[in-house]
Amino acid sequence: MFIEELEVYEIEKLTRFIEETFHYDFSNYAMSSFRRRIKRLMEIYRYTSVDDIIHKLKKDPTFFQEFVSEITVNVTEMFRDPSFWKELRDTILPEQLDEHRRINIWHAGCSSGEEVISMAIMLDELNALDKANIIATDIDLAIISKAKKGEMALKTMALNQENYEKSGGVHTLDRYFTEKGGMAVIDPRLMQNISFRKHDLVKDASFAKFDLVLCRNVMIYFNQVLQNDVLKKLHGSLFRFGNLIIGSKESLIWCDIANKFVVVNNEEKIYKKVRD
Amino acid sequence: MGRNRAHKKYQAVVIGGSAGSFQPINELLEALPRGFSLPVFLCLHRLKTVRHGFVEALSIRSAKEVREPMDKEKIQGGIVYLAPSNYHMCVEQDDCISLSTDELVNNSRPSIDVTFETAAYAYGEGLLAILLSGANDDGAEGMYWVKEKGGTTVIQDPEECSMNTMPKAAAKHAEIDYTLSYKEIIDLLIKLTV
Repeated sequence: MFIEELEVYEIEKLTRFIEETFHYDFSNYAMSSFRRRIKRLMEIYRYTSVDDIIHKLKKDPTFFQEFVSEITVNVTEMFRDPSFWKELRDTILPEQLDEHRRINIWHAGCSSGEEVISMAIMLDELNALDKANIIATDIDLAIISKAKKGEMALKTMALNQENYEKSGGVHTLDRYFTEKGGMAVIDPRLMQNISFRKHDLVKDASFAKFDLVLCRNVMIYFNQVLQNDVLKKLHGSLFRFGNLIIGSKESLIWCDIANKFVVVNNEEKIYKKVRD
Repeated sequence: MGRNRAHKKYQAVVIGGSAGSFQPINELLEALPRGFSLPVFLCLHRLKTVRHGFVEALSIRSAKEVREPMDKEKIQGGIVYLAPSNYHMCVEQDDCISLSTDELVNNSRPSIDVTFETAAYAYGEGLLAILLSGANDDGAEGMYWVKEKGGTTVIQDPEECSMNTMPKAAAKHAEIDYTLSYKEIIDLLIKLTV
């Protein structure tokens, strides 16, 4: 039942090997949850040490894709934290739409795309979908392929509907989905202005400027050093007076460049960039 | 059980509980003296939809501050950190708290196993772990790691618990130092840590 010990030096050995071989840098991931992810991977593949993982990766480099998928966390739901989505619907989006002819949105760490689709639905209900340009990125190629399909497991739809209603939605989500092969598939019209691409927040540079950046429950997997670095990238990816949105239990307080943002809504962790 | 550990210097306390633990926890928090200086990590199973009110309910009678930590919050002595609804609460080895939205563990988020295991790595023999009443076996693996890392394990006496699955599962999987009524747990906590 209980897997063996996994000490910090073993984890460091693994992250060093991965950095040298695959050029992904996990060395500044938050140690406690990173250790749990490695242990979980070892349980699934019945490995007894990090040397087994390294051996497998040397023998079969294509295994690295599976490694990334297992190490990154892909737990999400549509309209997660409905009170945040309500604020977005009632205040943030209308203000942004008022000021701009087009609105550029980045979902950084989009996972399987539930929040991206939530955004598309909300924009559609505000009659603004055609004004939006949405980029959704993730480090995990496999999860991006999944997100592109726009499919939800049917068993998740009750929770999605519940969240949607709490976020101020007045329809049923049925009107946006059709059932196919045991999945709820989103209307392709809603996916038109979304482009998915691979992006590693740790290694890759900023690539465009946005009016709205959502990076919710992504930086919690990083230590404070890395959070600082990533926040600088997010800041650099925002137009002045653009909004940054992080997870409801995350905070900018401890970051170097916190003073370049003002708090718009502390409860929902909505910030506005005020200084370059 | 009941080894002499008076010489130990405790650095932190973790407490886990589920069904039937609210009253013992309330009394325990009430009994903590004003000068209690260790951090306390509290992981209780709770409804994910209830985002507010829990902290207030636990704070009313306690002299100590009960707080849901933010991610990467620096750990301070004398504060009771309550795992937020729908997040796992991890204790980091560099003196801060990480939150995670990982998969449910034992059908729970927050999971007691996650908090106990990460605290065991962070505090080793400086950790005092208390597992109270509950209706599933979350916490059993966590108690194993607490013991493995040299910490002290305490369960509420299954005879007294309104739901005894949780302390019983822990006793099956981990070596338990003390099996006590919750009143005795409060006495022990004060004796060992103040």
